[in-house]
Amino acid sequence: MRYSAFALVKQALQGNRGWTPAWREPQPKPHYDVIIVGGGGHGLATAYYLAKEFGVKNIAVLEKGYLGSGNVGRNTTIVRSNYLLPGNEPFYEFSLKLWEGLEQDLNYNVMLSQRGIINLFHNDADRDAHIRRGNAMWMEGVPAEMLDRETLKKMMPFLNFDHARFPIMGGLLQKRAGTARHDAVAWGFARGADRHGVDLIQHCEVTGIRRENGVVVGVETSRGFIGCGKLGLAAAGNTSVVGQMAGLKLPIESHVLQAFVTEGLKPCIDHVITYGAGHFYISQSDKGGLVFGAEIDGFSSYAQRGGLATVEHVMEEGVTMIPGLSRVRVLRSWGGVMDMSMDGSPIISRTDIDNLYLNCGWCYGGFKATPASGFCFAHLIAKGETHPAARFLRLDRFERGYPIDEHGAGPQPNLH
Amino acid sequence: MASLIHCPHCGIRPKEEFTVRGDASLVRPEPDASDEAWHEYVHIRANPRGRTREHWQHLYGCRRFLVVERDTVTHEVYSVTDGAAAARGGSR
Repeated sequence: MRYSAFALVKQALQGNRGWTPAWREPQPKPHYDVIIVGGGGHGLATAYYLAKEFGVKNIAVLEKGYLGSGNVGRNTTIVRSNYLLPGNEPFYEFSLKLWEGLEQDLNYNVMLSQRGIINLFHNDADRDAHIRRGNAMWMEGVPAEMLDRETLKKMMPFLNFDHARFPIMGGLLQKRAGTARHDAVAWGFARGADRHGVDLIQHCEVTGIRRENGVVVGVETSRGFIGCGKLGLAAAGNTSVVGQMAGLKLPIESHVLQAFVTEGLKPCIDHVITYGAGHFYISQSDKGGLVFGAEIDGFSSYAQRGGLATVEHVMEEGVTMIPGLSRVRVLRSWGGVMDMSMDGSPIISRTDIDNLYLNCGWCYGGFKATPASGFCFAHLIAKGETHPAARFLRLDRFERGYPIDEHGAGPQPNLH
Repeated sequence: MASLIHCPHCGIRPKEEFTVRGDASLVRPEPDASDEAWHEYVHIRANPRGRTREHWQHLYGCRRFLVVERDTVTHEVYSVTDGAAAARGGSR
């Protein structure tokens, strides 16, 4: 069923009894040409683009829980392409361009809101670094603007401009950045993939990868063996667990990241704002809740929950940046398992095994990448060639000595 | 993660006094070891789901490196031993 204003009116007049499920619930077939492990944003996007852009038929997505039960529904919904390094910026800009046409493409409202992101800075060196980042964006054709303190004071008077340790001197604005409704992104890609004939198989956990003569021939699952021609892994925080089934040795550590939402308020924060002191970021959802988060907890973890010390730390950062936040009540917090890579940048790559492909290492920045990640991964799986936008994101960059270390933190995942 | 860590030198202390270095099973290769050995040491991680041993440092306490054995799913801490003692094969 195609969604439109006409369909809405028609269904309303018929008492909304005619809506059909957004996707089928198929039984797994014995064999698929391509199997994607992981029914999150990236896995669903991969299946969607494989079917739609690259004409692959006979695809399945295997998900151990329900669709979108992982990080795609656990993030702070920020979409942006304000990166510094040449390996990252073109990829994320490609993603933002896909975001801009995504709702029409999917026939699904992902509620993309290009409200702009502002990265605040607090001292001269910090300002220079932001100017450099803005220039790096312009070099890739991505508009960025420097905002001075007086402009910011008019735009967002609620900020703590005169903090003794972190005074706000200005900010770098990317106007095209913003937020999207994260669950809708998963649902939109799921529905789109289903409409192109992809089998979305939920509650089907991969427990083993079967190989014959070194080549992957299928996966053992909680619902039996399923054969495949090519296998793509998009298992996010559980990448190491799944990778181990094929003997992959990966530059990944799983860490927990928390996010928070407050009670609903009248519109007060118009943009996405990030704080240079620490790693705090905040925006306001369409329901009015303030959505925010900060650093990972700092220890490796597979639990989708974090510690209270980090909760306290994030609140302190928030109140330091916006003193008025101290009067707002937090409704909920939650945690997700991040596949932290050794350089803080993602991996979209073939592996040493010919028909096994890998999509991981999204750290805590995977949501914005969802469309491009799916597109580039689908390109790689269908054509056997790396998509130009993802050509720096290969797995072998670590041993070849070409890490993409956006933060300059070195191979220490809990510092990215 | 457990809120309290039992440092063998300082007693029971809040977790925030400690920093995490990472997997304690890695052994630094000899300087003239192969590129592959160095790549594995610097970049490759077992990243176990379940029981793991890590080097932690009691940075805001005795500053000793410790070996913390814990679970990455339940966050239970099984044991904390001094790093140097563990490297010598004993524990204290």
